[in-house]
Amino acid sequence: MEFALLTPLAIPVILAVLSLTIDSAQLRRYSPVASSAAVLVSGLLLIGPALERGGATSLSDLLRADALSSYMLAVVGAVGLVSTWGGISSVAASRGRTAGSYGALLSLFLAAMSLAVLADSIGLMWAAIEATTIATAFLVGHHRSRRSLEAAWKYVILGSVGVAIALLGIVLIYAASIDTDTPTLSWLVLSQSGLGLDPALVTAGGALAVLGFATKSGLAPMHSWLPDAHSQAPAPVSGLMSGVLLSVALYAILRIQTITNAVIGPDFLRVMLSIGGLLSLLVAASLLIRQRDYKRMLAYSSIEHMGLMAIGVAIGPAALPAVLLYILAHGLIKATLFVISGRILAVEGTPVIADVKHLLARRPGMAIPWLIAMSALIGFPPFSIFFAEVGIITAGWSVGMGGVVGAALVLLLVIFAALTRLTVGMTMGSPPESEPFVADRSAHGPRLPIILALVATASMAFIAEPVGTLLLQATAVLGGTN
Amino acid sequence: MTETLYTQLVGLCTGTLLLTSALMVWRHSLLASIRLLAAQGVALAALIAVMGAEEGEAELLLVSVLILATKGVLLPWVLAHQSKATIRTIEESPRLNPTAALLTVTLLTILSYVVVSQLIGLGTSVASNAAPIGLAMILTGFLLLITRRRARSQLIGFLLLDNGIATVAFLTSGGVPLLLEFGVSLDVLLVVLILHVFTGRMRNKFGGTDVDQLRELHD
Repeated sequence: MEFALLTPLAIPVILAVLSLTIDSAQLRRYSPVASSAAVLVSGLLLIGPALERGGATSLSDLLRADALSSYMLAVVGAVGLVSTWGGISSVAASRGRTAGSYGALLSLFLAAMSLAVLADSIGLMWAAIEATTIATAFLVGHHRSRRSLEAAWKYVILGSVGVAIALLGIVLIYAASIDTDTPTLSWLVLSQSGLGLDPALVTAGGALAVLGFATKSGLAPMHSWLPDAHSQAPAPVSGLMSGVLLSVALYAILRIQTITNAVIGPDFLRVMLSIGGLLSLLVAASLLIRQRDYKRMLAYSSIEHMGLMAIGVAIGPAALPAVLLYILAHGLIKATLFVISGRILAVEGTPVIADVKHLLARRPGMAIPWLIAMSALIGFPPFSIFFAEVGIITAGWSVGMGGVVGAALVLLLVIFAALTRLTVGMTMGSPPESEPFVADRSAHGPRLPIILALVATASMAFIAEPVGTLLLQATAVLGGTN
Repeated sequence: MTETLYTQLVGLCTGTLLLTSALMVWRHSLLASIRLLAAQGVALAALIAVMGAEEGEAELLLVSVLILATKGVLLPWVLAHQSKATIRTIEESPRLNPTAALLTVTLLTILSYVVVSQLIGLGTSVASNAAPIGLAMILTGFLLLITRRRARSQLIGFLLLDNGIATVAFLTSGGVPLLLEFGVSLDVLLVVLILHVFTGRMRNKFGGTDVDQLRELHD
C-alpha cells in the first residue's frame, strides 16, 4: 500500500504541471476533479490496512497513514470532489488566460492538504499547511477586483503570521526533545509518554502551536480573515477552504494535543480550546443575526461549526468520534452549499440576501438542494451534523463540562434561529403577481455531486461498519480508547 | 575557538540582530528598512556559522549559507526590486511616533527577558542565554505589522517576525532539521513573492499601497 501514500501527492502535482503547460480547455476543466478523485481513492485504499491490522502504512520516516490520517485523506478527497466537480468551470471560462493557473493551483492545494495529513513530522505538517496558504493566495484573489484583493491580502498576512506562530511553537517542542536520546519532530515518537520532554517548553510550544493553527482553522478571535476570504474566493475554492482546509488545521491541533497530553495532561489545552470554541460560537451568533450576504453567512457558519468542533476536541476522547464524523459531514455539506451559492451568484448576480427572494418559486432547481443542504447544516436529522452535535454535547456532559456545552447549546439555538430566518428569507414566498416569471428548473451545473454529497451525509451516521469502526480506530490513534 | 571568543561572537551577532530590529522601527524610509533587513539576514547567517564552527557541525554551516542566500540577499533584492530613484522617495508615516515606538521596543525587549527567564530559565549555555533576543525580534515584528500602513512595510514586519523565529530556533535547540529549514525558507520566499505581486496589483488598482484603503469588507 506504500504507493497510496505517494499518489495523493504525485498525481495532483503532475496534473498541475500538465494544466499549466498544455493548452487544452477540457484538461484544465477536469484536472482538479481528477486530482480530488486520486486523493479520495488513495484515502480509501489506505483505510483498508489501517482497519485490518489497526496499524499504519509508512514510507521512510516522513509519510505515515494510520486510521486518522487515512480518514482525513479520504475526507479531503471527498470534499474536494464535491467542490471541484460541482463547481466545474464553463468551457468558455476554461479558455481564459488564467484558467491554466487556476486548475493548477487547485490541484496543488489538494496535494498540500494531503501532505499535511500524511506527514509524520510535525515540521513537515507545518510546511504543508503553510503551502496551502501559498496555493490559495491567488485563488482567493482570482477575480482581481478591489474586494478580492483586500480579502487575499488579509488572508495571506493573517494566515502566514498565524502559521509563523505555530512554527515558533513547533521549534519549542523540538527544543524540548533536544535533551532526550533522539531529538525529533515525529509526532509518533513525541506522543509516546515517558520520553522525558521538558514540560515547560512543551507547554509554551503546545500553546503557541495551537494558537497558530487555530488562526488557520478560523477560531475566534483570530477569525477575521475567514469571512472575507470565503466570500470573495470562487465557489470551489470557498468550498475547499471551508470544508477541509479548516479541518486540516484542526487535525494539526489534534496531533499537537496528543503530544501535550502525553507530557502535561489534558487540562491546559482544554481551557484554551473551550474558550476559543465558545468565542467562535459567540462571534458567529452575533454576526449571523444581521447578516446580509449569503456567502458571508456560510463563512460565519463555518466559524460556528469549527467552534463546536474545538469544544469537542477540548472534551477529549469521549467526543472525538463525533468530532471526526462532524469533519466529514460539515465538509460535504459546506462544499455543497458553496457550490450552490456560486451558481446562485452567477445566475442572480448579487450576493445580497435581500435581493434574492422567492427562490423556491422562481428557481426550484437550485432552491430545493439549497434548502435540503441548509437544513442539514442547521442540524436536522437524519443528517450526520445532528448526530455529531448530539455526540459532542452528551460527551461534554458526561466528562463534567456541562457549563461549556450548556453555553454552546444556547448559542447554537440563536444561530439556528438566525440561519432559519435567512434561509426562509431567500427561498420562501412567491413573487407579486405583477412580476410574471417562468420557473427555472435547471440546476445550472452538475447535479450528481450534490446528490451524492447529500446522500452520503444523510447515511454516514448509520453505518457502523466500517465508518463507526474507523472513527473509533482513529480516536484510539489519538491516545484515547473512548 | 576559545570560549571567550565564542561568547563574544555570539554576543556580537545577537546584538546586531536586536540593533537592526530597533532601527527598523525607528527609520521610516523604505530603502533604509530593506538595507537593515539585509544586514539582519547576514547577522543571522553569521550567528549560525559561529554556532556551527563551535560545535563542528557541517550541516549548520550549510544552513548558514542557505540563510545568507535567502534572507541576506534574495528577499531584500525582491523587496527593493524597483528603480532606486522611486524607492528612495518612499517614506512611511506610521501610526506611532519614533520616540513612542523605540520606547515600546525597549519594553518589549524587557518583557521577552522576563517571559523567557520565567518560562524556561535563561539556561546555562551561551546560546540559550541569548534566546530572549529572538522573542524580542518576534514582538518587534508584530509591532511593525500593526503600526505600519504601507503594504511593503508590513511585509518587512513579517520578515522580522520570521527572522525572530529562526533566531529562537537556533539559540534554543541548535536549529530544526535541515529539510525543515529548507521548507521554511522556501515558504517564506513564496509568501513574500505573492505579497509582492499583490502590492503591484494594489498599486494598479488603488494608485498606492496604503493598506488603510483596504476596508470595503466588513460586517
